[in-house]
Amino acid sequence: MRNQTRAGLIRAALIATSLALPLAAGAQDRAPEAPAPSTPALPQNDQNQAKSLKSVADFDNIADETERSIAIFQETGKVLLNPRCVNCHPAGDRPLQGMDMHLHQPPVQRGDADFGMPGMMCNTCHGPKNAPVVAQSDNIKSIPGNPNWHLAPIEMAWQGRSLGDICRQIKDQDRNGGKTLAELVEHMASDDLVGWGWHPGKGREPVPGTQKQFGELYKAWAATGAHCPD
Amino acid sequence: MVTFTLNGQETTFDGDPDTPLLWVIRDAQRLTGTKYGCGIAQCGACTVHVDGSTRRSCITPISTLDGSSVTTIEGLEGSEAEAIQAAWRAIDVPQCGYCQSGQIMSAVSLLQFNPAPSDDDIDGAMAGNICRCATYKRIRQAIHDAAKTLEG
Amino acid sequence: MGIQNIRPTRRAFLAGSGLVIGLTLVGRQAGAALLKGAPQDAPGEQAKLNAFVRVAPDGTVTVLSKHLEMGQGPYTGLTTIVAEELDADWSQMRVAAAPADDDLYKNLAFGLQGTGGSTSIANSYEQLRKAGATAKAMLVAAAADAWGVPAGEITVSAGRIRHEGKGKEAGFGEFADKAATMDAPAEVKLKDPKDFVLIGKDRHKLDTDEKTNGKAVFTLDVMADDMLIAMVAHSPHFGATVKGFDDGEARRIKGVVDVKQVPQGVAVYAENTFAALKGRAALRIDWDLSKAETRSSQRIYDDYRAEMKADPFEAANRGDVGAAMSADGITSMDAEMVFPFLAHAPMEPLDAVFVPAEDGSIDCYNGSQFPGQDKAAIAEICGVDPSKVRINVQLAGGSFGRRAQFGSPYMREAAAVFKASGMKRPVKHMWTREDDIRGGFYRPIYLHSIKGAIDRDGNITGWDHTIVGQSIMHKDELDDTTVEGTADMPYQIPNLRVLAHQPKLGVPVLWWRSVGHTHTAFAVETFLDRLLERAGKDAVEGRLALLKDSPRHTGVLKKVAEISGWGSPPPEGRQRGVAVHKSFNTYVAEVAEVSIGDGGMPKVHKVWCAVDCGVAVNPNIIHAQMEGGIGYGLGAILFDAIDLGDGGAVVQSNFDDYRSLRINEMPDVEVAIIPSSEAPTGVGEPGVPPIGPAVANAWRRLTGQPVQRLPMTNGLLS
Repeated sequence: MRNQTRAGLIRAALIATSLALPLAAGAQDRAPEAPAPSTPALPQNDQNQAKSLKSVADFDNIADETERSIAIFQETGKVLLNPRCVNCHPAGDRPLQGMDMHLHQPPVQRGDADFGMPGMMCNTCHGPKNAPVVAQSDNIKSIPGNPNWHLAPIEMAWQGRSLGDICRQIKDQDRNGGKTLAELVEHMASDDLVGWGWHPGKGREPVPGTQKQFGELYKAWAATGAHCPD
Repeated sequence: MVTFTLNGQETTFDGDPDTPLLWVIRDAQRLTGTKYGCGIAQCGACTVHVDGSTRRSCITPISTLDGSSVTTIEGLEGSEAEAIQAAWRAIDVPQCGYCQSGQIMSAVSLLQFNPAPSDDDIDGAMAGNICRCATYKRIRQAIHDAAKTLEG
Repeated sequence: MGIQNIRPTRRAFLAGSGLVIGLTLVGRQAGAALLKGAPQDAPGEQAKLNAFVRVAPDGTVTVLSKHLEMGQGPYTGLTTIVAEELDADWSQMRVAAAPADDDLYKNLAFGLQGTGGSTSIANSYEQLRKAGATAKAMLVAAAADAWGVPAGEITVSAGRIRHEGKGKEAGFGEFADKAATMDAPAEVKLKDPKDFVLIGKDRHKLDTDEKTNGKAVFTLDVMADDMLIAMVAHSPHFGATVKGFDDGEARRIKGVVDVKQVPQGVAVYAENTFAALKGRAALRIDWDLSKAETRSSQRIYDDYRAEMKADPFEAANRGDVGAAMSADGITSMDAEMVFPFLAHAPMEPLDAVFVPAEDGSIDCYNGSQFPGQDKAAIAEICGVDPSKVRINVQLAGGSFGRRAQFGSPYMREAAAVFKASGMKRPVKHMWTREDDIRGGFYRPIYLHSIKGAIDRDGNITGWDHTIVGQSIMHKDELDDTTVEGTADMPYQIPNLRVLAHQPKLGVPVLWWRSVGHTHTAFAVETFLDRLLERAGKDAVEGRLALLKDSPRHTGVLKKVAEISGWGSPPPEGRQRGVAVHKSFNTYVAEVAEVSIGDGGMPKVHKVWCAVDCGVAVNPNIIHAQMEGGIGYGLGAILFDAIDLGDGGAVVQSNFDDYRSLRINEMPDVEVAIIPSSEAPTGVGEPGVPPIGPAVANAWRRLTGQPVQRLPMTNGLLS
């Protein structure tokens, strides 16, 4: 898993490099202005595993607590690095969209409150719950919704970062909204907006596992010293 | 049964709760200033104000609006609205005119929150409203002009 | 103004009905009351001075526009022309749509009633000047008769009729009835253009006010009592037919009234729009693809490359291209250019409302570029005499060519849906955005192959150009729209050959804002720019040297060079590109200033534009059409393609994957109009052709890469 993640990171880095040179060949799909995925895609050969999360017990065989903590965190990476989550933790001033993580259309901006700008805010389109889109585009079956729908602040940007960096970032109270480790675990386990990832609405692939499993992994990670991968 | 306020009038709707606000406004209330353009929140022709900020009515199920206050182009009032509509008229912004209700709803909301918007602020507010006639140059000008009259 | 909301009373409906002749108010029996919509002709009591001029007792003058108002400004322009010769005051002028009548209201350039080809002002200019002058003469004759004075002593100015000697003065309203009974003069003297009071000055558009307060009525806004909403489920494949369908689930949806098969697919009728949408989505349809077009766009491009070797049509052949290409010491260059299908995507998708009357006649409300054709189609499909069909032309929410279809295929679908409904209740037939994007009638795919030769002295000596694409006009011989802008290019190149191939394809195609010029201007102006660069020549100076016999091309090119500061260095990180092109007898040159923006995308900062369209009837509208044409064309060359995927189904479906230019992508635009006393020519389309090549030429200077495949966003990164 660890090696595969690294391979993914390298692949993403290569794509990102090619993007920096506008005329070089690079991946480009239907959203023309979209940057290529800049966080690692999940390994192709791990599709089934990618749709579920291992339980805490699955890590019992790792004797070393630090290693076990890291392995557990890496398991949560299936969720953290999933486009469903990264799309609203962008490194720039626009959210991303879709499993290909293209720039959000329409081009809504972050704004001072991570909630868009006057005239076009998150709730201009995103209501309190997922809304069905009936009999329109094949691509868009619902509009995501949550009462608290907004972008993660820029200091919580995950796009383009390694899992290790994200791990250190979410433990850092200067970059995690001032949360203690316990509060962070609670946030991951029960926050409603975090939970949207498992219930993203019709036409959208959910993140792996369940929020309950995800929360348990976080508890176990915290209990094993909250160690981070490199 | 959903009860909401539409342009200041208490209004009820007892049809399909998934019905988008757009079709409640147009079909049930026969207010036709709010337009259908895409049905997927890409073009902004259906923009109205809900509880004081912009909302794409084509993807807003009426069931989520119980107790809300909805304003359409027909119910616009206030100094920002007057300034925007006067500025729109003064430089003949519309061409075909079909998207302009939505443009104006977004522009009025912008000025209500930000009375002196920069070009970037205008992009931030207006980039969700498509105009196939590309009247964008005049939209930008009219917003600046309206901001000046509000200031004056 | 002819754009009004009719109050939901029967009286108002009758008063506004379209059968008002002369001075009478004639109502007719209607099956269901129209609640909102603009009936044909001017509302209320009107004196009919001629086919185009109505005068009400209060002195307001209504001009009947034979042309569709779809944003390009004919309502204001045509009214200005009448008001000028009528010597009316602008404040008394109104406008309404003319009824469908292929004789009375024919486009003098087409021979039938129609709006398109940027002809509205051009074909109407003399006709409406005469209509205004004739109406004025009749008003003057009526006043002369009433006042007992010679007509020659009467003056008219700003809507007032005066006789100095007798101290008489009146408005138009006082003499309207009498004027309508006077003989129209056989000949009228038109003004000397130097005496124009209204023409040539910026004029506020008549339709602006209603378009800023939500009151303007488009076809989608037409409402009638008891009206059904109908939608048709179409196949994503062109040429597919319905093999069978299951409507069980659709019929269980509350509000769905009926489901019927029509030639174009399966129609769902409902009491409201959302039920119609849900009903249509719930249909299960088995499509017969045996006659459908199943090739992908990629396959079509390959087939077109092979087609290049077939027997061509010859559109131009001067000098000896073969010899020029093989001459000693020449530098040669070649390019293949690929242009995708494009959808028009007007903001208001296609729609039509049918209201049956008790006498078996039918009122159709829609925004039609060819109302006479639509009328004939409705009569044929619904099985009624054409005299029993009234076309009430509504404001159209954009078109860009989409609402102009010979044979009215859209209206045939809408009429078939109405017919299948039993024609007892009013029916609104509407397309969704998906129907629009996937509905065909695209700008065709074109493939260009160009070879050029430059001699040792840097002269362009040869140009050999082959174009492959469907005939928009469905011609078996050479279709001028395939080659317009190439075969007649203004550049003095001694050896020029233009060949065309027009393969058949099962995808319906149509003119798209500027028609053949959408691709020919791009091909000619980008390739010429490369040849000039290779020859070491400046893009403006090099063009001017080749345009010695084309003074109006020269005029706009020099003007755009002047206002853009061509020759001065652009700001750091930016480059400029230029293009000049004549279309629809209007000459336009544009300079685009471009940088490499986010994600390696072209960012267009500023466009300068010079236009020569003869007499500038309303500079305000000319500026607006140049601004809009630039934005419309820019969106297409940056973002847009309709692709047929594997199996031939359309890939794109809505604005999420068929992108429109947005405000943050709109450049600043500066327009200069060349003063002219030539007859006015159109401005709706000619702003479009130069923007693509101007941007592509700037991009090539920025990056060293020529743009040979559109849209630029695909060509850049894939």
